[in-house]
Amino acid sequence: MTPHSAHGGHGTVTPPHEPVFVGETRAKLERLFALYPTKQACLLPALWMVQEVRGWISETAIGEVAEALALTPAYVKGVVTFYTMYHTHPVGRHFIQVCTTSPCNICGAEDVVKALLRATGCGELGATSPDGRFTVTEVECLGACGFATPVLVDDDFIESVTPEQVPGILQRYP
Amino acid sequence: MGYPHPSHPKETVVLSQYFGDAEARSYDGWMKRGGYAALRKALGMTREAIVEEVKASGLRGRGGAGFPTGLKWSFMPKEATRPHYLVCNADESEPGTFKDREIMRWTPHSLIEGCAIAAYAIGAERCYIYIRGEFTDPLRIMSAAVEEAYARGALGADAFGSGQRVDMVLHRGAGAYICGEETAMMNSIEGKRGNPRIKPPFPAAAGLFGMPTTINNVETLTAVPHIINRGAAWYKGLCLGNPKSTGTKLISICGHVQRPGNYEVTMGTPLKDILYDMAGGPKPGRTFKAVIPGGSSVPIMTREEAEAALFDYEGIVEQGSMLGSAGMIVMDDTTDMVYQIWRLARFYAHESCAQCTQCREGTAWTTKIMERILAGKGKQEDFQLLLDLAENMTGKTICVLSDSCAAPVVSGIQKFRSEFEAYIAGAREPALAAV
Amino acid sequence: MADELVNVTIDGMPVSVLKGTSIIEAAKQAGVLVPHYCYHPSLPSPAVCRMCLVEVEKAPKLMPACVTTVTEGQVVHVNSATAKKAREGVLELLLINHPLDCPICDQAGECELQDYVFQEGRSGTRYSEYAKRYNPVEDFGPDILYVPNRCILCTRCVRFMDDVAGASVLNVSERGDRAYIGISEEQRLDHPWSGNVVDLCPVGSLLSKDFLHKARAWDLDKTASVCPGCTQGCNINIDTRDDVVVRIRPRPNLEVNRHFICDYGRMNYRWMNRGDRIEAPLVRDGGRHVATDWDTALARLEQIVHGASGSAVVLASGRASTESLGLVRRLLDRFDVTAAVQVPLGEEAPLPGIPYLALRRERAPNLAGAELLGYTPQWEAAVRRVRSAAVAVVLDADLSAADEAALAGAPGIVIVLGSVFAEGLRNAELVLPVTTMAEENGTYVNRDRRVQRFQQARSQPGMARPAWWVAGEVLAGPGPSADAPSTAAEAFLLLGERWPVFAGLTHADLGFTGRVLPGSAEAALSGRGVALSGTQGHAR
Repeated sequence: MTPHSAHGGHGTVTPPHEPVFVGETRAKLERLFALYPTKQACLLPALWMVQEVRGWISETAIGEVAEALALTPAYVKGVVTFYTMYHTHPVGRHFIQVCTTSPCNICGAEDVVKALLRATGCGELGATSPDGRFTVTEVECLGACGFATPVLVDDDFIESVTPEQVPGILQRYP
Repeated sequence: MGYPHPSHPKETVVLSQYFGDAEARSYDGWMKRGGYAALRKALGMTREAIVEEVKASGLRGRGGAGFPTGLKWSFMPKEATRPHYLVCNADESEPGTFKDREIMRWTPHSLIEGCAIAAYAIGAERCYIYIRGEFTDPLRIMSAAVEEAYARGALGADAFGSGQRVDMVLHRGAGAYICGEETAMMNSIEGKRGNPRIKPPFPAAAGLFGMPTTINNVETLTAVPHIINRGAAWYKGLCLGNPKSTGTKLISICGHVQRPGNYEVTMGTPLKDILYDMAGGPKPGRTFKAVIPGGSSVPIMTREEAEAALFDYEGIVEQGSMLGSAGMIVMDDTTDMVYQIWRLARFYAHESCAQCTQCREGTAWTTKIMERILAGKGKQEDFQLLLDLAENMTGKTICVLSDSCAAPVVSGIQKFRSEFEAYIAGAREPALAAV
Repeated sequence: MADELVNVTIDGMPVSVLKGTSIIEAAKQAGVLVPHYCYHPSLPSPAVCRMCLVEVEKAPKLMPACVTTVTEGQVVHVNSATAKKAREGVLELLLINHPLDCPICDQAGECELQDYVFQEGRSGTRYSEYAKRYNPVEDFGPDILYVPNRCILCTRCVRFMDDVAGASVLNVSERGDRAYIGISEEQRLDHPWSGNVVDLCPVGSLLSKDFLHKARAWDLDKTASVCPGCTQGCNINIDTRDDVVVRIRPRPNLEVNRHFICDYGRMNYRWMNRGDRIEAPLVRDGGRHVATDWDTALARLEQIVHGASGSAVVLASGRASTESLGLVRRLLDRFDVTAAVQVPLGEEAPLPGIPYLALRRERAPNLAGAELLGYTPQWEAAVRRVRSAAVAVVLDADLSAADEAALAGAPGIVIVLGSVFAEGLRNAELVLPVTTMAEENGTYVNRDRRVQRFQQARSQPGMARPAWWVAGEVLAGPGPSADAPSTAAEAFLLLGERWPVFAGLTHADLGFTGRVLPGSAEAALSGRGVALSGTQGHAR
């Protein structure tokens, strides 16, 4: 149940789930088991693996993770929905996170947000652009306050972004 | 050093010496800079001797709580009849704080070395380094460094041939400020929701996986090799104020200063020097209005209070706030205090784990009231309501997230009431649209 | 050291409690209720609701009473101004998003939010000009609805499913004030013990579909009883409204069922409301049954019992009380008796968090009692013996077609003490209306030899009387029945005369939580290891 407005993915037909933990991904999961005394403790790393492979974590992926770690789907879902970095629905090809908490806020973060929304065509925060290329989200403190405004595009942590730099940055992400 | 700015003469550069030096990242680069000598030395000492040394140095937790580190280590059982764990808190999500990321991305081996010494000292064979999910560069760099350390024998079943096992596992967070709270962090490592636990039991008695555990901040652990190398007396001697606050502290200054960055100072340095000399003071034509010294979870200081303070745990308390993580947010006279207090309340409301009633509902309600005020619909009664809520949210919950939300609200009303009044009286244009 | 006592003072009342006791439990012993939501004596304590914060002298902060253990000399103030203010604060915050649903909410009248707000909450809201959080009602499973808007996130339901039921079907989803109780799409809340989450929910957030909008709590009469579902003997309350049973809920008994009952027992009450009851004593007259009065019927019964000889068979319901089973059995002392008790079988459903608690295979609440009184679960063998019996007595049993055929063809006299008329028993000499366990007082003996009382929850229909009364009247002989038992308690005393295991025990001794009989539990259910003769009775 998602009480707040969802974005993207509504009305689409869900294709049958192809397992994530096969081949090298399965081997990677098995190696994880040696690093923790319980399978449950491998949950956050396992969820990261799913998101790295699929881009988001579907209900069926939750079921697969639950089975692999001897947990229930409800339990895994409770964990997935706690941590905001896990996507529970498909997002744009490039996922953008902008910090707007006070230290960056007083250094113009909201202008960077506006520039990003304009340049990507996303319309509103959390939405995916019509061409499926970008999703822009507003996040809490990214831990780079002295380098305001920081922007995370996928795994690229870009510091000291100004509104003027936005179009140039976005060009790097087809 | 005042990275990304050059070192300032008033700094005491110890932990930050190699910030900006890409060569320091590699194992060989670190060795060239005197790295891993402390670990070799420590592995030849008894665990008790290391704990005593750290105790004597006066090192206190640098993550925000300021708890004496040696004392914390001494809580661990002397005999390891069950597995002991060390957890390194690299979750750094406190607004205003950005020092641990610098340590990790410039001198990853300094952290590895500190963790290894600490792990050995507390009888732990495994250390989990919990890095927040958004720290993609530190994750990558630490990962490579840990691999190197294993390859070169600093970590593993037989660290530097000492017969001691020291294992290190990087655990990636996934977007939750509350996981920086030590008991929530343990739950997160265990594959659970990041809910803080009730204490007792304390981590040293029953922590990670129910085993004796010590959790230390990145900066705290990074100081340990220096204490081993140069001795507790040296560290203790780094003190300009209260003798209970020793050593150096990385201050992350951000906001409306000319030179935001991380500055390393001896405890007891006047805060005025940090604000004006090191960070360059306010932008041209502006004056400072407010300073939140400890990350955002502490009372807001006025410019006068900040200028009068000595920078150490007791000095900041004397001026009505707390040192916390020393993530210093500096706001000048262009800042809308009401707006920023709203934005901070919104931060806490977003990060609340949802366990305790006061935090779950109180942070959200506080945010709504602030929004209403900013939308021009505030009322005189809102002052009492906000203060009542803040009182409700203080000292009554499992962790201090709700107290942290209350601190800027209470101090904001106390010290910047006129800005609230301006919105309520309609003298100021609404900053938000009415919902 | 486990028996060490600690002395504390709670709201001025000194108490001595076992070391390790929480303040909230110690307060109970001092007669002080510490208001709470998330705490529950049968669940692990997370201390999240923050309602139970109490003032402890010398402690710097208010302490949560549910997880703070007592220390020697502690002085606790539950109702000090500070503690009350803290509770008022929690209640105010719980109400800001809570809908004003009382007029349509099932929980009204037995709602802990209502109770505490009325007691110490604010009289008016300060949460004006904002919309309350809204989410639609969710269907969690066969019987359970979740109303997120009313949820106070105490998490009792999640902890019950995780730690007691051992099935992590519920979770807390999301964070902060967006949090709600979630269930994964592929899982349903259909665990055999899941109905307990409705009882555990302090507010009207988790609701039973079966009870939805059926009755107001204050219209209900509650009667302490024992579940007639299986040999576990869970303690229950039967809730009736205008003499109709509308709900079964667990009654606490720490040794039997703690605070829980299974869904089978919870839903097993519709038969108690059957209207098609035998209204009056019936005597066979020619080819048909004619209604008569009790005196006539009892006289005829006495005639039969003293007139016949040889062997007799008793076919008794597993729900018959110990008193009824015993006195009916004594009635036939002159005969060579084969007495059988009906034990339908079902699947066992354990509750993992409580090792001694399960829904038992043997779906008969008084199997142990019956066996102590000489009854056997070998049903089919007993039915076969009807062929050669002089007298066959049916004690409210649920007869199969084969059973009826055997009785219809019986050469001897058939006497029926029943609640519902069995069409196939046209040849029964006497059909006497008896009460069900919901309409009489009595006892059951559970699988652990615990004798427990159940009480009358609804009125006796028509002229129905307890079976022990029928037998007791005949046993006492003709004339003014000075010796006949007039209460179940008196009937119970008569058991001790014939079966020493019951000697010296009275109803009063049993209290509300029962008493275990001397002797081993192994001896009680002697038939347990032997395959019960497939008595798959059908539920009525």
